[in-house]
Amino acid sequence: MSEHIVPVRIYVTIFLVLLVGTALTVAAAFVDFPGRLNTIVAMTIAVTKATFVVLYFMHVRYSSRLVWVIVASALFWMAILFALTFSDYLTRGWLSVGY
Amino acid sequence: MDATTQEVHGHRALQHHFENMEQQREAGTLGMWVFLVTELMFFGGMFLAYTLYRAKFPAAFASASNHLDITLGALNTAVLIFSSFTMAMAVYFTQVGKQRPQVICLVLTLLLGLTFLGVKAKEYHDKYEDSLIPGRLIPGRPFGPEVAHEGDHDPHKLHLLGNATVRQVEMFYWIYFAMTGMHALHMIIGAGLLTFLLIFSLKGRFDPEYHSPVEVIGLYWHFVDIIWIFLFPLLYLLGRHMEHV
Repeated sequence: MSEHIVPVRIYVTIFLVLLVGTALTVAAAFVDFPGRLNTIVAMTIAVTKATFVVLYFMHVRYSSRLVWVIVASALFWMAILFALTFSDYLTRGWLSVGY
Repeated sequence: MDATTQEVHGHRALQHHFENMEQQREAGTLGMWVFLVTELMFFGGMFLAYTLYRAKFPAAFASASNHLDITLGALNTAVLIFSSFTMAMAVYFTQVGKQRPQVICLVLTLLLGLTFLGVKAKEYHDKYEDSLIPGRLIPGRPFGPEVAHEGDHDPHKLHLLGNATVRQVEMFYWIYFAMTGMHALHMIIGAGLLTFLLIFSLKGRFDPEYHSPVEVIGLYWHFVDIIWIFLFPLLYLLGRHMEHV
């Protein structure tokens, strides 16, 4: 069989990394960072945790190119959803035409 | 039929339209990933609504978020991560053909999933007690939390930060219940799928050649975990640093 079996050691490591990430994000939430840094820190930790789950628990790191394309397409369409919506909402009021 | 063809077509779980077990497994995995992309689009709409309203009512979102129970939220995050780990181990034990540990891992995953739902139910009940279920979803208990005044530290009352209003806080709770509710529904479906896996696992249906159902339901379970990994900081943690300001 050509299927890759992820060793237990890696699963345990990822599990511990995820728990540490959770503790970090709770600790960081109580620190008053300047500006929007709190949100940026929280989202960076969440994206990192999600990446570990996708790559190792969901085996994407060992999967075919086709699976990589599907995963990338999900992120691509999410980017369209957010980018196009915010190009409207965040730019309202930039022009001073009354309506 | 020569000997090699017979060998390739030998497994009882192989469907006639696939060349061999490996092709069948890869097709199944790919199909699940396509489904998960549509799931991400589905949750994406709610994450978008959350982001827009949070940008519009930052003080109200921080006030409402601070009313959520951070201990229960963090506990549930840990429970879900643990369940993802046991799910991954269930896949591993199926791949190496060890049935007993496989059954144990599936049982653990199911129990952890149910623990998550139990904690969630407790949280929902707490919100009900404080009249924080939005609109008139609960007959006889419309949205109407008591607002705390200066110096009042009653945790059951709503502590408004800055220029936040009760109506804006209600918007947060619509989004909170929509997102966590849909997530909980996915958990319930996941628990059902795990029960199905467990029954077939006890019957010894899965082996190193055939374990697509375990792998594919595992993918779904991890996906639901990932959604929670984002929901936890976005819903529970966003206003904590403003609590003492």
